[in-house]
This record gives sequence, C-alpha cells and structure tokens, in this order.
Amino acid sequence: MGKPGAAPLLDIRNLTVSFATRNGSVTAVRDVSLSVARGETVAIVGESGSGKSVTSFAVMRILDQNGRIAAGSVVFSGIDLRSAQENEMQDLRGREISMIFQNPRAALNPIRQVGQQIEDVLIRHAQATRRTAHEKAIDLLRLVRINNPERRYYAYPFELSGGMCQRIVIAIALACQPRLLIADEPTTGLDVTTQKAVMDLVAELTRERGMSSILITHDLGLAAQYADKIVVMEQGIVVESGDPRKLFASPAHAYTRKLVRATPRPGAGLRDLLPETQQHGAQAAEMTSDPLVIAKEMPIIAVEALVKEYPLSSADTASIFRREQVTDVFRAVDGITFHVDHGESVGLVGESGCGKSTTSAMLMRLIDVTSGSIRFNGVEISNTPARDFARHELRGRLQMVFQDPADSLNPRFTAFRSIADPLYRLGGVKLKDEARAKVEKLARLTGLPLDLLDRFPHQLSGGQKARVGIARAIALDPKFLVLDEPTAALDVSVQAIILNLLADLKRELGMSYLFVSHDLNVVRLLCDRVIIMKSGRIVEQGDARSVMENPQAAYTRELLAAVPHPPV
Amino acid sequence: MAFAVTKLRIVASRVLQAAPAIAGVIIVTFLLTRALPGDPAAFFAGPAADANSIAEIRKTLGLDKSLPEQFFIYIGQLMRGDLGQSISTGRPVIDEIAARLPASLELTLVALILSVSIAIPLGVLAATRPGAWIDHLCRIVTTAGVSLPTFFTGLVLVYVFYFLLGIAPAPMGRLDIIALPPPRITGFFLIDSLVAGELETFRSALVQIILPALTLALFTLAPIARMTRGSMLQALGSDFIRTVKAAGLSRRMVLGTYAFRNALLPVITTLGMVFSFALGANVLVEKVFAWPGIGSYAIEALIASDYAAVQGFVLTMAILFVTLNLMVDVFYTLVDPRLSNKE
Amino acid sequence: MAMAPDAPVQAEVFAARARFIRHIRHVLTSNPVTLLAAILAFLILTAAVFGPLIVPYNPLETNAAMQLKPPSATHWFGTDQLGRDVFSRVIVAARLDLAIALAAVAMSFTVGAIMGLVSGYYGGWTDVIIGRLCDTIMAFPLFVLAMGIVAALGNTIENIVYATAIINLPFYIRMVRAETMVRREAGFVQAARLSGNPDWRILAVQIFPNALPPMMVQVSLNLGWAILNAAGLSFIGLGVRPPDPEWGIMVAEGANFIVSGEWWLAFFPGLALMLAVFTFNLLGDGLRDIVDPRMRT
Repeated sequence: MGKPGAAPLLDIRNLTVSFATRNGSVTAVRDVSLSVARGETVAIVGESGSGKSVTSFAVMRILDQNGRIAAGSVVFSGIDLRSAQENEMQDLRGREISMIFQNPRAALNPIRQVGQQIEDVLIRHAQATRRTAHEKAIDLLRLVRINNPERRYYAYPFELSGGMCQRIVIAIALACQPRLLIADEPTTGLDVTTQKAVMDLVAELTRERGMSSILITHDLGLAAQYADKIVVMEQGIVVESGDPRKLFASPAHAYTRKLVRATPRPGAGLRDLLPETQQHGAQAAEMTSDPLVIAKEMPIIAVEALVKEYPLSSADTASIFRREQVTDVFRAVDGITFHVDHGESVGLVGESGCGKSTTSAMLMRLIDVTSGSIRFNGVEISNTPARDFARHELRGRLQMVFQDPADSLNPRFTAFRSIADPLYRLGGVKLKDEARAKVEKLARLTGLPLDLLDRFPHQLSGGQKARVGIARAIALDPKFLVLDEPTAALDVSVQAIILNLLADLKRELGMSYLFVSHDLNVVRLLCDRVIIMKSGRIVEQGDARSVMENPQAAYTRELLAAVPHPPV
Repeated sequence: MAFAVTKLRIVASRVLQAAPAIAGVIIVTFLLTRALPGDPAAFFAGPAADANSIAEIRKTLGLDKSLPEQFFIYIGQLMRGDLGQSISTGRPVIDEIAARLPASLELTLVALILSVSIAIPLGVLAATRPGAWIDHLCRIVTTAGVSLPTFFTGLVLVYVFYFLLGIAPAPMGRLDIIALPPPRITGFFLIDSLVAGELETFRSALVQIILPALTLALFTLAPIARMTRGSMLQALGSDFIRTVKAAGLSRRMVLGTYAFRNALLPVITTLGMVFSFALGANVLVEKVFAWPGIGSYAIEALIASDYAAVQGFVLTMAILFVTLNLMVDVFYTLVDPRLSNKE
Repeated sequence: MAMAPDAPVQAEVFAARARFIRHIRHVLTSNPVTLLAAILAFLILTAAVFGPLIVPYNPLETNAAMQLKPPSATHWFGTDQLGRDVFSRVIVAARLDLAIALAAVAMSFTVGAIMGLVSGYYGGWTDVIIGRLCDTIMAFPLFVLAMGIVAALGNTIENIVYATAIINLPFYIRMVRAETMVRREAGFVQAARLSGNPDWRILAVQIFPNALPPMMVQVSLNLGWAILNAAGLSFIGLGVRPPDPEWGIMVAEGANFIVSGEWWLAFFPGLALMLAVFTFNLLGDGLRDIVDPRMRT
C-alpha cells in the first residue's frame, strides 16, 4: 500500500471522454476522478457500457481516432498525459505504463515467434541490445512460469494454450519494469482455474516489484479478491469507490447495492440476488394440458455409458498415397453415466474441452451417439439418427436454451417469428391469429414486453434476447430443458433476473433442467445436484451442497479453490 | 533440422495436390474437342477438306475408336509433346506455341511487376491514411479499374499516346519494323538484348512493350490494390496491433514488421485469382497491340476453325496457370508459420 | 405495436408494404452513390427494354454518303464505316449485352447456390465432389475456358451465355458454401432443428436468407463481370455476328479506325460498356443494404 499523504502515481481528475459519431457527439466517460497510489491495486468495476475500458484507453492515449479527451486531467508521476506529445507517449507506453487485454491469443502476432515479440519491446525501450535481448526474453518467460522457456521462445501463439498466451502478454507488459500495469478484463474467456493462476501471477509480480495496477473487470467478486480499492462505474460516471470489504458490507449507492446483491456468493439464495424491490417472480403460469404421462418413479433422463468419438485425420488427396489406417480418434465424451430426476435441476460443470457441450448436444439429439444409451422417461432415444429426430414424436419434449443470445436468434426473424417457429412446425398451429395468442402468452410468462415482439434481434438488449430464447424453448411445453450457459454473456444484474426467471418457470411448468456451466457460483444457486466433468469423464457427482462443501475429488477441490470469493 | 523436413513434406504434398488439377485440365480439354457438335474429324480436317482427307484424319486421330481408347491415345500424344497439326500454318501446334509463348510471358510478367509495384504501396498508403487524398485515389482506381474493359483501355491509350501525342510507337508488335530480334536465350527480348549487349534492340523492345504492359497492368492493379487496402485495414484493426501500440513500439515497427507482414498473406492468396484474370486479359491485349503471343495465335485459330491449335492453346494456358498457382501456394506455405504443422 | 388477434389481415399487409418502401427510400437517400447507381441502372434498363423504339435512326440502316462522320448535331455519336448512326447502335446494343449477362448470372446463381448450400451443409462426399468440380473449372484462366467452350459448342450467342455461366459457377458455389458453413453451427440453426424443421426447410428459410446480403454484392459484381466477359468474347470474334449491334463487336470494328483518328466508333460503345459495369458494381452495395435487416431502423 502507498504511504499515506504521498502523491498518487496516477491522478485522474474530472476526466470526460467523448466520441464523434454519425449521430453527433457521444460522451462515454463523464467527470471521472480516481487515483492510484504507489504499489496499490485499484479495480474499476462496471457492466457493459460503464466506460471502464474507455477510461484506461484515455490514460494510455490509445483511443480510437474519433475519440478524444474533452475535459479533465490525467497526471502520471507528475507528467501531464493529456497534453503529452505522441512520441513522449510512445516512450511511456510499455516502459512506464503497460496494458494487457482480454482474448490473449488474438493479442499476439500470429506469425511471429513469441520470444521475438518480447524482444521487440525490450529493444524498443533500450532495455537490451540485440545480443542480450534473447537471454532476457527467456528470463522473462521463466518469470511468468512458462515451462521449458528456451524452447518455448520459438513457439507461435497458435501452438500455445489461452493461459500460456496470457502469460506471454504479461511478460511483454512487464518486460521493461513499468510502474503501472493496466489489466483490461484479463481473465474473460479463460477457464476458472487458469483465471486464478493468471491473477495470482499478476498479483505476485506486482507485489514483488512494488508496481501499481488497475484491474478492469465486470466481476465484483474477482475485484474484491485482488484489489485494495474498488471504483464502481455506471454509464460513464463513478458512483462509488472504497475498500472492498466496506463496499460489500454497506454499499452506499443504489447501483452498487444492486451489483453486490446480484453477485453470487455463499449464503445467498436466488431471490437474494434480485434488488429488494423486485422480489416477486414471473407471472403465474397458465398450465397447459399435458397428455404425456410422467412416471414419477423413473428419471426423466437416464444416460448410460455414453461415448462420442471423432476421427482425427481428415481425408485429403495426400492421404490416399499414405497407407495409414484411420485409427486415431478423439474421445470427446468417454463413457459417462448419470440421470436427471423428474423436477430436478442438475448442474453439469467443467472447463473448456471437458465434453459438456458435446454431451448436451447428444442429449438433444443434435449429433449422433457413438455408443451408449439415452432414455427419456424410459424410452430409448439414442438409436434414432440425429438427422431424423426432427420428426420424432418426442422432439418437442426435449428443448434447449442456447448460450450466445447474439447467434441463437435468426437475424432476419422478428422475436414473434422466432418464438412462433416451433409452434408452426410441431405445435399444430396453422393460423397467424392462433400463433399470436400463444406467443403473447409465452412472452408474458418470460417477462418479455409485448411491444418488443415485432422487433429484430439487433434491436433487443442482451437480457431481452435471452427471454426470447427461453420463450422459444418452452413453446412446445417441454419436460426436459438443457440450459447451455444461458447467462454467460449477460451482465451480472441481468443474470440475476434471468436465473430467477428460470427457477420460477421450472416450478410452474413442471420441467427438469440440465444446467451446463463453468460458473460454480451460479450452479450452486440453481441446482439440486451437480456433475463435475473433465476430459470427457465424470469426476464427481452428487448433491450440490455436499459436493460444494465437501468435495471428494482433487479436481473438484481445485475448481472450488479457483472460484473468486467475495468478502462475506 | 526437423523444421525443414516438415516444410519439405508440406511442399511435396502441395505439389501432389496439384496433380488432380492437371488431371482435370487434361480431361476437360479432351472432352472439349471431342464434344464438338457434328463430326470432330471434319473439324480437325478443316473447312477445305474433302471426304477422303476427313476419313484419313479420322483414322490418324483415332476418332473412330471408343471414347476411353481415344483418351489414352490423347494422353500418349501429350506425353510425346504432340499437340496435333495446325491447319492455318501447317506446322505442329507445339512448335507454334513454343515459338510464341515467350512473347506472352514477357508481356504478362512485365505487366504484373508494374502492377504489383504500384498497387501494393497504393493499398498500404490508403489504409494507413484513411480519408486522405490517396485513400480516395485508391478507391477510385479500384472501383473504376474493375469496370474498365481491357480492350477499351488499350485502344484509348493507343489513341492518346500514339495518335494524339505521338510519343508511343505504332501498335505493331514487339519490335519496330527495322529492328531484328536478339539471339534467343530466354525468348524474352528485354533480357536477351541486354545479355547480347544490343542496346538499340533493348530500347526498341522496351518502347514497344510499355503500352500493352500498361494496359494489362491497369487491369490487374484494381484487385490487388483493393485486396491490399482491405487486408491492411483489417491487420491494423487487429488486437495484436493494439498490444504493440500499448507497448510503445515505434510507428515503423507497428506498420512494417507487425501490420504489413500480416496483411501480405491474404494478398498472396489472391494473386492466384489475379493471374487468372491476367492470362485472360492477355489475349485481348495481344489482339489490340498485334502482339505475337499465343493469345493472338488462338484468336486466329478460332476464326480459321483450327481446332487442334485452340485445344493446344487452352491446354497450355491451363498448365501455365496451374504451375503459377502452385508456385504461389508453395511460397505461401513456406512463409506462413501456421501451416507448418498441418499436412 | 402488438396487433390484436382479430385485426383485418389486409391492414397488416399494407402496413408491411409501407414499412418496406420507407426502408428502401431510407437506403437510397442515406448514400448518394447508391442513388446515382440506381438512376444509371434505370437508364440502362430503359435503353435495353425500349431501345429500338426510342432511337432516332435504324441501327442497321446503312448510308454510304454519311460514312465516318464525326459526332455532330444530327449524329450525336457520329457514324461508322457503313454510315450507320453510332448513337442508335450503342443504345440498342444495351439489350443484347444485358440479356446475355442477366441470363448467365441467373443460371450461375441458381445452380451455384443450390450446390453451395448442399455442399456446405452436408459436407462429406457431396462436398468433395463439388469441390473437385470447382477446382477443375478454376484450374483454367476463366476467359480462356470460355473461349474453349464456345469453340467446342459452336459460335452462337446461346453458347456465350452457357460459357459465361459455367465459368462463373465456382464463385457462387464457394461463396454460398462458406456462408452456409458459418451458419450451420449457429444457435438459431440448432434451435430450428429442435423446433422440428427438416433440413431442406432450414437451408431454404434459415440459412439461405441470411446468406443473401453478402451474395447480393457478389451478384452485382458478377453482372458487371459477365458483361465484360461477353463483350470480350465478341471483341475477339465469338458469339455475336455483324451487323447485330453489341458493344464488344462495335469496339472491335472501331479498333481498326483508331490509328487513323476516327475515335468515335470505338469510344462510345466502350464508354457505354464501362458505364454499365460501373453501375452494377456500385449497385452491389446498395442492394446489400436493402436486403440486410440490420439496416432497417
């Protein structure tokens, strides 16, 4: 922590940033003041559109061409950054102030060796000569915990994992020993265990070198864990700032309260995520008559020894000349067995590549099964090929809510058309009037305002698109719903509302859920049981509370330890 | 080094992958001439033939045999370098083509070099200075360039520079009337005359090739400039450029080592398509400027219904094109490190 | 506004049509270049459709007394070596060039789109075979292949159309295939399968309409290219026979007179050709904006 009374390293006062757009001037950041002391870690937290990234881009003076600092001052160690010349800024960037971004693989030059990319920065800021740069680059690789640094020097980004790429980016940023590091959503898109490793590394290195850092994130829990001070931004202005513990214990501003409440944390139930004024759930459902008799003693979904294999080598002309047999296969799902009982909500948790998406695609009969069995209410469904399942009588009973709202809705269909499609195809609806009535009922159920039904996806917000996706999924009165990371792309406050909606719908419409996610905090809230997957296998499964509080498998323990814990 | 061996394997597999293309070309050229409506033998014998010579031709070319048999005969002929007899000149087609090919190649190569050396800097400058006059110039060149008919541009250039301004020579071929061609080494007049030290011949050849090369260059300029500009813009907007800007790298490093090298890769892949257009436009330019290449030979052959010559022309152009594409492909494979692991 | 379930269907149809017209007007006015292209396209189409009815002279009528006269008040584009009015011939030629190009592009587009959709969606052997077909066509410099096809099939206008259509095919196949493959894995396509849509319906209703906007640009560019191609083939003597007026053959005939200074015979048809291609290139962007719902306010 900085010495009390000492001048801050970075002092931003009344910063206003505006962009010149076709529709006139847009103010992205208004009258923002914050300071970072020497050795301090400050987190800027906000949802999309809060202006948190724009603020840091303004500090580094790397705004887009149409952006400018309209008012205010930015002073770094006595230097006025706002009026500095571009060549002065170029000297400062990388040597005094560094920045790391999200999406690490894209942040590296794909056709240049990673070691060389580190060297470029060293040489530019005269931290090494051409002869000494190679050694120094390898030292830096070692510093960021890359194994085999001498060989990895020659690697290209496409050969490295996301976590390793982020380490390289950190190495580049720290190469010249800057005094301030700005990290803009550095862990978005990374697995939760990788996320912890990267954040721990950054925290350790900054502490060792007495560096200050700014952590920009939408995750309040993450901010609380790693920052000394949190600054909360909403729509371009700072609403509150202070010590993380105090912020969580007694948030002053209404928006902070909403964010704190919406952050999943131990001890908080689903309803506790919602703002105090919105405690009631979705409107009461009008029960539709259900001709399918649900046998309550049988699980609604029973999976046994499910396997999915993909062949590895692709056929091409050259392979005709090679006499190899195609024996190489990749087992995406390697023999899993589990079940979902009637009315249950089961969480399927794992990191990227564990096979959870492949499993849900097989359950939905979108892809074929290599071997194993899937029974829905006792009826075997894995033997019908995926391309014929659209005509199966049970098609309407198994539905899915997709992850990315942007690509799960046809850009040319209005919300009405998207929701009505299953009704036209399998719901026996022929006339537009009939469809309209049913769609409006579904819209009311999912809390979608009726006047939005004639809008196109690009005219809807993330939360509204999510509701359209849910309305479409429940249109045929399914009994089993797979929710594939339905809130991953949403702001945390919207996430709270959607999760509550999903819980209410399950209860009122009598559905069962398989909730696929990488986010253990969210699974904890919504699910009765949880299944942990890794590398195509089930590592552990059981009652949600017992697995979370008393994990048996080492991997589960690792996952739980990696989840950021907000101060309770 | 293991790295070099892997690269060699990939180059070899790329060469192998060109084999089906060549096979396809041979099959198509075979079918084209056998699919003629009417009696193929009559076509090959020529319009002046009588019933006896048609029957003779039929036997010589094996046109009375079944189609698969004919195909094998055709392959055999190709292996021996036998492309048939040219009716209009009376000489073997292969000789005619071999004699005229260097003229076409020289024209195309000079045009491409001219084109690339203007288009790539134009595209790069337009991308790095958006909104400036050079950006507008690039856009105009690109949009207008793809709309210009090659033969029209050629004629306009001849009218302006020869008829009006008098600074260009008459469009009468590769050399002016009094000059003699230099001793043949490569067949390229520009190179051969320099090697032989005949500077007057060099000057004459240069002056004659400027207008046709310029016409062809204008045609290929547009797609290359457009691709370069687009590719450079995309590279400049990438995340990794943001990283190096934030690391304070100099503008020269950012634009040159990071942006430009990445931008060039997609441009290289479009070169294949540009070659296709260039070889086609070559035919038109040769007609306008009376350039004695295989294009004008083919045009004469078409009018004279000299089918063996047309077939030989199409085959030659196609093989030339496949070879050019292969070279571009191999070059790209060697240059892009991401392709070293894929087979 | 939400429509009450019992509102008359007619009112809904009128409202939709009015929205569409407003949308087109918005697109045309927001970009002056699109407006210019639209006006030019309209003029060219008028020339093509009504040409023979509105031209001052009979395009085929020769007049030995008026040979090789430069542009004047009576003959705006001058006269050619047979005394025919160049202006009339240029206007009437629009019909032939446009007809050839439109027919060729329509053929390529239809066949290519179907092959591309099937190839991109199903993959496997279909994809390999169609890919090989594309590779074979593209192994030839395209203009050369067109020459070969016309030589083989016969020197007629129909064969010019077929040849142009064939060499255009790989562009459409590859483009539609790429667009299909991108959308094949999208969430809304999966959702459509979950909703009980059969494959053909997904291709026709979900994937193809979304692939349409980028294709519109390509269709327009291709139209320009097809006109250039047809003119090029007739320039070297294939397809069109004298005395039919067609821009390419007119330039070819006029080329003989350039060196002696009679520039107008070749210049005006060449200019018309250039304008037509230029118009279709510009139109491509405008078409895409109309079809892309993201442009709708």
